[in-house]
Amino acid sequence: MTSSAASSLPRVAVLGAGHVGPVIARLAIDAGYRVSIAASDDPENIALITQVLVPGAEPRWAADAIENSDLVVLSIPLHKFAAFDPALVAGKLVVDTMNYWPPIDGVREMFEDPAYGSSEIVARRLADSTIVKTLNHLGYHELDDDRRRAGSPDRRALGVAGDDPAAVTVVADFIERIGYDPVRLGSLRAGRLLEPGGPVFGVALRRTEFESALRSEAA
Amino acid sequence: MTTAPLNTPADSAGEPAPFPLEFGIDTFGDRTSDDSGRQTTHAQTIRDGVEQGVLADQVGEDFIGIGEHHTDDFPLSAADVVLAAIAARTTRIHLGSAVTVLSSDDPVRVFQRYSTLNAVSGGRAEVILGRGSSIDSFPLFGYDLADYEDLFEEKTNLFAELLKGGPVTWQGKTRASLHDQDVVPHTESGPFPTWIGVGGSPQSVIRAAHYGFSLMLAIIGGSPTRFAPFSQLFQQALERFDRSPLPVGVHSPGHVAATDERARDEFWPHYLETIRRFSKIRGFAVPTRESFAAEVGPHGALYVGSPETVAQKIAANLTTLGANRFDLKYGMPGLAQSALMTNVELYGTQVIPRVRELLA
Ligand SMILES: NC(=O)c1ccc[n+]([C@@H]2O[C@H](COP(=O)([O-])OP(=O)(O)OC[C@H]3O[C@@H](n4cnc5c(N)ncnc54)[C@H](OP(=O)(O)O)[C@@H]3O)[C@@H](O)[C@H]2O)c1
Repeated sequence: MTSSAASSLPRVAVLGAGHVGPVIARLAIDAGYRVSIAASDDPENIALITQVLVPGAEPRWAADAIENSDLVVLSIPLHKFAAFDPALVAGKLVVDTMNYWPPIDGVREMFEDPAYGSSEIVARRLADSTIVKTLNHLGYHELDDDRRRAGSPDRRALGVAGDDPAAVTVVADFIERIGYDPVRLGSLRAGRLLEPGGPVFGVALRRTEFESALRSEAA
Repeated sequence: MTTAPLNTPADSAGEPAPFPLEFGIDTFGDRTSDDSGRQTTHAQTIRDGVEQGVLADQVGEDFIGIGEHHTDDFPLSAADVVLAAIAARTTRIHLGSAVTVLSSDDPVRVFQRYSTLNAVSGGRAEVILGRGSSIDSFPLFGYDLADYEDLFEEKTNLFAELLKGGPVTWQGKTRASLHDQDVVPHTESGPFPTWIGVGGSPQSVIRAAHYGFSLMLAIIGGSPTRFAPFSQLFQQALERFDRSPLPVGVHSPGHVAATDERARDEFWPHYLETIRRFSKIRGFAVPTRESFAAEVGPHGALYVGSPETVAQKIAANLTTLGANRFDLKYGMPGLAQSALMTNVELYGTQVIPRVRELLA
């Protein structure tokens, strides 16, 4: 990856250094993005994790990482989301990779309304940000293994859902570059199809299979 | 023998110390069947577990671990009691939890139970601590799942203090404070081996190194090689905290039978059934024959097959992961006790010697 290509790509800030965050960060580094990573506290706490698991990424305070980024990947547990300060990401494009899983998160009142998907609720709270939902429906352990070059016959598809078409394009390009086939869903509301219990959650599907799984569910 | 030295300064940084190879088996107390396929009672499942442990000792296995669960499928909720029964009939095998869900337990009680087991067994107790990915214990004991990080962090901290021996002074938010408290029974010869089970959270790896606990990688799906960086992270974190090298173990599910085909045929229907139930709770897809084949293959996480197949896979992954211990999680709800006994026997008499040979 040349530095000119890297400088034309959006700068990525990954929030969360747990199961998922470092894997997404590493994939982004491999794809040539400039990446910073943050947890909830002092970057010193994640310095070693970053050095060993995501060489090339920069551990930062969350606020610094966000400020110097064009794309914020939110990979924190939803039960921590209520305490997340929306002002931090105001004006930013936020990729929501989070799931509401009562068996993991406990029952969170905020996400219990069956009329809305978790990303719609996230978007309502992060009202000054643009939200795109993706990367939530495959396991952190599959993220590394399942990526493939464009054109590979077994390339896995990932849904990308959002209300802002330009933002969806940026994120779809990100998904493409890290090794997956992006399948665009026209709204954040449609992103409910990507949730736990939905037709594509935790299943490895190629683009055509993915699209038909979505169609048959939506029908 | 593994040891979990606490606060031992690293003598020389760099190469991880070679620890002796060890082989254990783990059960979650999976509900057994009899030979006609009829499900046994909880009580019989527990007695079956004791027999499995006694056989494991006889065939030379180094460790048996019991994972804490609280469901109809996995009724073995009081692991230490069962381990004590195994202790009374064995002389060699180490006995431990795999894991103890420390987040929803009281570290003082866990210490007391395993220190008692250590006494009963003549120093054969071990503990593997987990944050609790099997979450049935949280509502049962009145904990909020959303607190699991804080609970685990604090309780691990207290458990490390207790293991040092001597009076403990400790303060936290999750239980009553202790002031210069003597907690009994004292161990005879220092702390018993303690591990932290890690399923994929690098922060748990750092925590294990911080407290001087060994690292048990729980690899239950996907490619085991992706855990190799965790092993490196652990070694580097130990250095950072000025600690001596510590053992690294691997815990993975599997089933051993006389032939590959037989092992798969016995295991698959019960695996499917169990994962189907979990899938419902967690919302992910049920496995297919195809995904199962991938997990059983050389790049997957399941050790299902003949002794030779399983031994080859264990040897390859121990090397890749820089690990010196392998714990096979055997059984699945509904598998017959006779199949489990065969599994335990083949693992001890054929798999372990073959892995030793491959790694010699
Ligand atoms: N596990 C999966 O396979 C999977 C797959 C797809 C999506 N997801 C979703 O991804 C999210 C993260 O899951 P996980 O398993 O990675 O969780 P995890 O292992 O518990 O890690 C959570 C991380 O978030 C950080 N964090 C918490 N609050 C924060 C804040 N306000 N600002 C910045 N960082 C914060 C934590 O840092 P501290 O320790 O410093 O607090 C920690 O590094 C969840 O919503 C989950 O549903 C998970």
